Amino acid sequence: MILVELHWHATGQWLIGSPLLGVTLTVAAYALGRWVFARTHGNDFAQPVLVAVVLVSAALLLLHISYSDYLRGASLVSFLLGPATVTLALPLHQEWERVRRSVLPVLVGVTAGALTSVATAVVVTGLLGGDARLQRTMAAKAATTPVSIALSAQLGGIPSLTAVVTILAGITGAVLGPWLLSRLGVHDEVARGLAIGAASHGIGTARALDEGRTEGAFSGLSMALTALATSLVVPWLVPLLLR
Amino acid sequence: MIGGLLLVLTCQLGGEIVTRLTGLPLPGPVVGMLLFLLVLRTRHVPSGSTLMRGPRVLLRHLQLLFVPAGVGIIVYLGELRRSWLPVAGGLWVSWTAGLAVTGLVASLLLRRKRARR
Repeated sequence: MILVELHWHATGQWLIGSPLLGVTLTVAAYALGRWVFARTHGNDFAQPVLVAVVLVSAALLLLHISYSDYLRGASLVSFLLGPATVTLALPLHQEWERVRRSVLPVLVGVTAGALTSVATAVVVTGLLGGDARLQRTMAAKAATTPVSIALSAQLGGIPSLTAVVTILAGITGAVLGPWLLSRLGVHDEVARGLAIGAASHGIGTARALDEGRTEGAFSGLSMALTALATSLVVPWLVPLLLR
Repeated sequence: MIGGLLLVLTCQLGGEIVTRLTGLPLPGPVVGMLLFLLVLRTRHVPSGSTLMRGPRVLLRHLQLLFVPAGVGIIVYLGELRRSWLPVAGGLWVSWTAGLAVTGLVASLLLRRKRARR
């Protein structure tokens, strides 16, 4: 005998339409990511952002929830990226003495990095069989997402694919950045922060902040300057390389 | 704490407006960061101030805020599969080169500067 009739369908409909689902899923996956990270004693591949992205993606694919349904809630989380980016001024403020003393290395390092990132992305993509449209799509991937998307559109690339490639560059930096820099013999905290911000923008900066305040401060600064340098370099360098 | 949050939001708003008015090729929050730095430098806010407790939480969990954007990759799995070689190759070779050049050039210049002092 059924005493209470459960409203499965209505509840399911509400859940899919509610922002609570996306927010909870995101926070839960991140919490799990932090747990995995602690359990593996800080393994590079267990960076919480990577674990969480894999978990949420798997959940969406398994439960047949569309990305746009997920985004109804998840966009509340990504909204906080704006204020968080502004807050990156805090570590910079605390590291101000070092910033003041490193103006030349910062400017030269970031400019060299931006030139290298753009040129190698265009050339290597072409060498591996990508057409000119794909080369234009890849050119600005080292700059932070809103800038790389705008530059891709301006060049005639595929902006949505640029967004994906940019995020992959970020996650790569969060996972492998510090390891590769150590292998290259770059041990200076200022240089490490600059390099991570130049190659992996905000997502790399999130990892750099975990490495230390100096790394985090210079990674944030480098992200800002790389966005500027990339948008100055791309308009003349890419047509030159594609000629 | 609310004061700190308001300050951060105001700087972002200022940055968003400035980039739109001037057509500067930078995201609004990045200009907001520079504005916030200007405020911090000129008003001498003590770094351990409780004013910043709210904003600091955002930085401690910055990785969380990138999860939704990262999940966006599932929409383009098909496209990535179609041209995986030039995309993956171009991405990782260029990422490695960009990281290495920036890190090596900066550390060389920093070392030289320190030696001179």
